[in-house]
Formats: sequence, structure tokens, C-alpha cells
Amino acid sequence: MAGLGSGTSPRLAGFVSLSLLVFVAVISASPDNVDGANETLRRPSGDSLEDSHHHPRNSTEHRKAFPVLAFNYEHVSKPFVISLWILLALLMKLGFHLIPRVSHVVPESCLLIFVGLLVGGVIKAMNQTPPVLDTKLFFLYLLPPIILDAGYFLPIRAFTENMGTILVFAVVGTLWNAFFIGGMMFAVCQIEAAQVGHVDLLSCLLFGSIISAVDPVAVLAVFEEIHINELLHILVFGESLLNDAVTVVLYHLFEEFAHEGTVTVGDALLGVVSFFVVSVGGIMVGVIFGILGAFTSRFTSHSRVIEPLFVFLYSYMAYLSAEVFHLSGIMSLIACGVIMRPYVEANISHKSYTTIKYFLKMWSSVSETLIFIFLGVSTVEGPHNWNWIFVIFTLILCLLSRVLGVVGLTFIINKFRIIKLTKKDQFIVAYGGLRGAIAFSLGFLLTDTEKKDMFLTAIITVIFFTVFVQGMTIRPLVELLAVKKKKESKASINEEIHTQFLDHLLTGIEDICGHYGHHHWKDKLNRFNKTYVKKWLIAGDRSTEPQLISFYNKMEMKEAMMLVESGSAAKLPSLASTASLQNAQQRAPPKQRAIPSISKTREQEIRKMLRANLQKTRQRLRSYSRHDLFSDPFEDNMSEIRFRKQRVQMERRMSHYLTVPANRQETPSVRKVWFEPEHKVYTYDESESPRDGAAPETSPDSVSLLSESSQRPGQSSRMKKRGDAEQGARAPDNQEEQQKLSRCFSDPGPKEEEEGEG
Amino acid sequence: MGSLQSSPSHPDYVDLAEKTGFSLEQISILHKRFKQLSHNEDKLRREHLDQITDLQANPIREQIVEAFFDKRNFYQDIEEPVNEINFENFLEVMSNFRPPSDNLSEEQLVKVRKEKLRFLFNMHDTDKDGTITLEEYRHVVEELLSYYEALENETARGIADAAMLEVASITRGHMEPDEFYEGITFEHFLKLLEGFEIESRMSIRFMNMDTTTL
Repeated sequence: MAGLGSGTSPRLAGFVSLSLLVFVAVISASPDNVDGANETLRRPSGDSLEDSHHHPRNSTEHRKAFPVLAFNYEHVSKPFVISLWILLALLMKLGFHLIPRVSHVVPESCLLIFVGLLVGGVIKAMNQTPPVLDTKLFFLYLLPPIILDAGYFLPIRAFTENMGTILVFAVVGTLWNAFFIGGMMFAVCQIEAAQVGHVDLLSCLLFGSIISAVDPVAVLAVFEEIHINELLHILVFGESLLNDAVTVVLYHLFEEFAHEGTVTVGDALLGVVSFFVVSVGGIMVGVIFGILGAFTSRFTSHSRVIEPLFVFLYSYMAYLSAEVFHLSGIMSLIACGVIMRPYVEANISHKSYTTIKYFLKMWSSVSETLIFIFLGVSTVEGPHNWNWIFVIFTLILCLLSRVLGVVGLTFIINKFRIIKLTKKDQFIVAYGGLRGAIAFSLGFLLTDTEKKDMFLTAIITVIFFTVFVQGMTIRPLVELLAVKKKKESKASINEEIHTQFLDHLLTGIEDICGHYGHHHWKDKLNRFNKTYVKKWLIAGDRSTEPQLISFYNKMEMKEAMMLVESGSAAKLPSLASTASLQNAQQRAPPKQRAIPSISKTREQEIRKMLRANLQKTRQRLRSYSRHDLFSDPFEDNMSEIRFRKQRVQMERRMSHYLTVPANRQETPSVRKVWFEPEHKVYTYDESESPRDGAAPETSPDSVSLLSESSQRPGQSSRMKKRGDAEQGARAPDNQEEQQKLSRCFSDPGPKEEEEGEG
Repeated sequence: MGSLQSSPSHPDYVDLAEKTGFSLEQISILHKRFKQLSHNEDKLRREHLDQITDLQANPIREQIVEAFFDKRNFYQDIEEPVNEINFENFLEVMSNFRPPSDNLSEEQLVKVRKEKLRFLFNMHDTDKDGTITLEEYRHVVEELLSYYEALENETARGIADAAMLEVASITRGHMEPDEFYEGITFEHFLKLLEGFEIESRMSIRFMNMDTTTL
């Protein structure tokens, strides 16, 4: 498709995929039967297939020829249809990105719902019954991957720092929304003109509780594309996750009572107790499974291949177990992922880590796509009971209650926050309160058919409004209001050092003040974690690895590996003699000195240590967004090979020249390193250390060095050009590497006698 | 908060409040704590701070204690060596950890940032010469890593070296072959931690302090 004209090809591709989609959907709908126990589907043409089956059997008295080619669709119909739907959803996703203009304006979720509408329309036009977003399917299969993905990659620091705010928004905010909407809707229903007087207070409250919850799927889908700053992201997203407990309790509460008809004070109290049970219980279940998972991963060193499965299965079991007891499955899943992650990542192999990451992103992506498409299809299916007043008022009240809730709560919260939430922040938080598929599924679960249709229609309208209108306009609004965007993570080692330094400093000051604050408890928790928990849950001696070291070891490891792989091991012994000379200098030599003494066993050690610790650094470098999985320099084998080839070439060229290199000229290319975060982390150490090592030498040797550099302008400029050409600034590392080694050669080449380390 | 007299009768408090920016209530709480630490004497000495048990487990304990006896952190000039400080000096040091008040203008925020970063800089620059040399920075990293028992000297050095070079590349950029990077000056330090949002991170809430812990 790419070969066609530039303007037409995206449109053509989009059109082709759209028609493919429709075609596929029609095929899948006609023989019926979609995933899950879905009774609403009929099988009109299934009979015709059965006839063809009967035929051969009926006519066995005539000896029939052996069927070379037979058609037996029934056999595979269920998995076939499921796969077709998933394939169709993914093709649509592909299609969107081929139409760049649209995907910039409209968030993906809107496009997917739109497609779902189209498909549903087509199916309906053919008088088939489209599949509906079955509640069981949604809650058991589609929702968990998304939540697990979100929970596993949750940024813990930001989350815990804002935990109070998030909890207030989630619990108090949702309660406020539910009661406000429920109560006001009841008042609205009393209006004669609406003809909905039969809706009683409890049903209204039930409706309010369904529609009040901010939906994590919708929030994720929209917020990930707009890249706002971490604080706002975690506030809205955290709220959407934690309000699950409230929603579950309110829903079950009101549903029970809607049947009873009345609520006593005792029941209300029980409801409050139930809230605590649901939330705390859910978290406990998650924690138990998380610990189990972490403990299991301690022993997986001999069967690396199944490591990811443990993570997925334990988490899924946590979710299901919580659902068994009507506890909050979402909170259980989040707790499990959060608890499990630091220990599991210390234990599992690098490849398993990658597998987990990619599988989670993949499943959550598929789930999200399917959810939105099914939402669209279900909308067409109905049944609808459109009541103007009810729907309009629901919409208005939702917006109103959200705004009031956020503003009111922020006013109270700001008294306790160091970083206050500004008006802009409040606006984004209020505007980002999107409703989604959870509300729809909960509505679908309602049993009272008369009001159910009306409720469902209103719910769908609100979902559409929030996803389409709010989803589409939030990006230009963010631009307009100049809301702070996500900071490009620079992975600076200085910031890392100072983050830790500040942690300890603030803890110390708190101790001096005698104030048991935030830092004091965090420090205590860390110490507890270090002394007891890590010993149990992490295999071997990785349990004592500090974070700063792992951050740094990655680079050392990479360098060590490269040195070894490029076969420079033979040269290493010669470095030892020069190392002592370097030692004499006042400015201490760089860690390169350590490299000569690296023995094979040490390499293995480093390799093992680093493989285990690569993930730790990753977790800080990576964003948790589904959309930006960058290609990882460490996984990029091609560039490794290229790099190695370059090294060898460089080495050959450099082996004639031994000099204190004009190291300074590397600086421009080193700065290039800052452009891409991953590469930056990967490369800067190698580029930096030689400079430090060069520093002592250049001062006494500066004169000779200058002449040196003038002598070899061609060489250095060639190197510089290579540095420019190399996208990841790998060549400078190359050069540095080479220069480091050659610098240390004690047998000088023909010209550069005076440059030797002597 | 009922245990505090709501109208502290010390006239000095008003003075101190103006100088350091604390509220009268906060000053009163801190004074109580000061008296507690110094066993009701007027001057606080290093040994008093060393007696705080919780502080023992802190890896950068030395630097923290030193910061209280660092004349650069005081408003007035005191001759070195400073072996004991009075309450005013104590407050001056503590004022670095006050969260910035809500309605600060841009320049005021910058000023607050500078002050806090200045405090941090002084903590690192132990020989008081105005630059953080490689040795000093190494010391910082080693202290941080001493928190964990498994420490290899070379790794700590390597990290410090890498960090220094990062500073050099950020601040000096392209350096001539004959130059070399002496140390981090205060301007470089500012530039280094530009994106760090220190005004909000380096703050402690001074309410609800429990003065009965020691």
C-alpha cells in the first residue's frame, strides 16, 4: 500500500481496511455465535449448515465418494469468530494510523466506537443480531489485562506521594457524584412532563452510582495520547482505579435495596462497613497473591521460560479470587502488581522482563480496542428507550456534579498539600472524568428491564458524550491552557543522586524536628524492606543491590561486554602497569582502571548482576504508556552488530596511534547523546569517564596534545563525522573506547612517542 | 494544637518570625524542640544532635549535623569554628525547609529555589571553597551508598565520576583540549538541578509536630 501515491494511499488503506472489517463482521455475524455465553444471539443460518451435514448421513445408503474437500464450519465456529473479531479490531487500529490527519484530531477510542457503530449498523441492516458487550466477557476477560498493565507499571513514587489526594477524589468524590446525581435525578423524575414518575428514589440512586464512576479504560485511552504532566495523569488515573471499591459497594447496596424498597439505618451502616471490607479485603487478596508470586519467582532460575506466566496467572487469580467474594477485583489486581513487581524484577531474567512488558501491553491494547468496538456495536443493538428529559438532565447533572465535586474537594485538599492544585489542574481533573465501558456493563447487569433500557440509553449517551466531546476537545484545551506536559525523562545520574540525597536529608531533618512525617515512615518501610522482606523474596545476593548502583552498573556492564566481545581481552594486562601511573595523579582515574583487572568470573558476575538490575533502571526510564514502547537499545541486535563491526574497524585504525586523544572534541557528540533518553543512559558513561581520565593527563601534556591534535586533524574529523553519522552516538563511544585502550598502550607507535603514559 | 499558648509572649518571636518566615506558632514549637534537644541550655552543640537515635541510621548524618554548624548558612557572620549555635541559628537553618508560600511571584520563587539549592551546595562543599570538587562529590556518593553494606569503592567512584562528567557536559559543553573541569560551581549546580523542582521537594510540613519524641 505504501507504494501508491502519497495522498491517496492512507485513504485507500483506510477504506480497504474498513471494507475488510465490515466484510469480516458480516461473515462472523451470520453464522452467529460470538464469544462468551451470549444467549441474545440467534442462529438463523446455522440451520442451513446443519442441513449440509445431514446430507451425507442421509445418503449413506448410496455409497458416496470420499469427500476430498468438505466444509465443516460448525466445528471451529466459536474460535473462528473470536479470532475474526480480534483481527478486525486490530486491522482497524492499524488503519487509523495510516490516516494521520484524523488520528491527530480524534482520539483512538472515538474512532473505534465509530467503527463499532458502523459495523453494528451493517449487521443490523442485514437483520442479524450483532453481538453485545456481554458483562461476563467484559469483566472476566477484557478488563483484567488493562488493569494489570496499568497496575504493574504504576509509577509508585508519584502514586504514593499523592495518595491522600487520590483517595479523597476517589472515595468522597464518587460518593458525592452518586448521591448528587441520584438525588437530583429523582427530583427530575418527579416532573410530570417526563413521564418517568415510576422511577423511585432507590433506582435513581442505583443509576447515580453506576454513572458516577470515572472509568480507567477511557481515561487511559485519552490521557495517554495527550501526554500531560505526571501529577495530573496520576491523579485522574489513580482516582479511576481506586473508585472501583466505592462503585462495587454502592452498586450492590442499591441493587439489593432496590428490590427491598426501603433502606434502614442499619443497612446504611452495614454499607459503610462493607465499603471497608471490600476495599481492604481486595487489597489484602492482592497482597497475598503478590507475595506468592514474588516468592515463586525466587525459584525460577532453572525454568526461565515460564517466568512471565507466573506473573500473569498470579495476578489473574488475585482478580478472580477477589471477585469470588464480591471484593474489589480492580484493587486486588493493582495491589498484586505493585507488590509483586520489585521482587519479581530482581529475580527474573531480562528476557522474561521484556516478555512480560510486551505481553501486558499487547493484551491491554487488544482489550481496549475490543471494548470500544463492542461499545459501538452494542449501541446500535439497543434496546433503547429514549427519554429526552431523563437523558439531557443526566448529562447536565454528570458534568455539574463532577465540576462541583472537584472544585469543592480541591479547596479542602489544598490545605494539606505542599504543591497546591491550581485552577488549571482542577479543570483538567474535572474534564478528565470520563465514563466508559464499566458503567455500561454495570448497567447491563441490571435486572429490572423496564427501567433498564432507559438507564442504558442514558448511560450510553453520557459515555458517548464524554468520550467523543471531552476526549476530542481535551487535547486542544490542554494546548490552549498551556498545561504542563510530561517532562522528557532525562535519566540524569545527578538527579538520581540528589533524589536519594534529598530523601535522606529530609528524613534526617524530620528526625531532628521530632516530626514523624512522610519521610520518616517511608524510610522505616524501606529499611524494613531491605532487612527482612528482600531476603525472603529475592534470590541470591541481588537482595543487597542498591538502586544507585544498579542504575550505574548497566553502563559498566555494557562496556565490559563490549570490551570482551571485541576481543580486546588480550590487551588488558598491559593496562595494569599504566594504571598505577594514573593512580599517582591527583584527580583520580576513572573506572577504566577497573577494567584491566576484570577476570572472566567477574564478567560473569557483572553480567548476571546487570541482567537482574537492568529492569530496575528500566522502570524509571520507561513511561507506562501503551503507545510509546521505544525500541530498546539493548534489545536492538542489529545496532549491536553494527556497533561491534565499527569497533573492530576503529580498533584497526587506531592501533597505529597511541595518544592521549584530543578527547575534548568528543564533547559535541556526547551532547548528542541527550536526544534520546535510552541512548543517553546507555552511552554517557563511556563517553564521560575517559574524559575524566584524560583530564589529569591533558593538563601537563597540553602542549604536546595540541600539536598532536593538529597533526591528526584528518583522523579526528573523520571520527567526528562518524560520530555524526551514527544515530545513537555509538561511534564516539567507540572512539573513546579505542582511545582509552590505545592511550594505555605503553609501546608507542612511530610518531606519538611523547604521548605515552610515561 | 491546644497545648500551645496561642499568644506567645516572647517579643523575640516576632523578630524571628520576620527574619525566617515562620509563623509564631511554628517558632514556638521549634523552640520547645530546641530546648528539648539541648537539655534546656541556650546553645546547641553537636553532641546534642548526635544523641537523636533515629538519626544514627541515616547515611548522611554527618553532613546534616554539619549543616547546622556551617557559618555559611547563618545570616550573620560567625567566626569559625562554630561549635555551638543558638536558637536563632537553628531557625535559620530550618527555614530552608519551609514550603514556599502560595502567592509567590516568579522572581520570589526563583529566589527561594536559589536559597534551597545554596543550602544543598553548602552541604556538598565541605571545604568551603565555593566549588564541589570530584573528591567531595565522591564522598557524597560513598555516603549514600554506605546505606547498603555491599559497597565497592570503585563503583562509587565510577558513579561520582560519571556524574561529574555529566555536569561538565551540561555546563561547559565543548571544552578545549587543554581545559579541565575543576569542580562544580554554584552556577553549574543551579543549571544541573534546573528541572528538579526543588522548592516543593525540599520541604517539610511543620504542622503537627510531636515534641515528645527523643
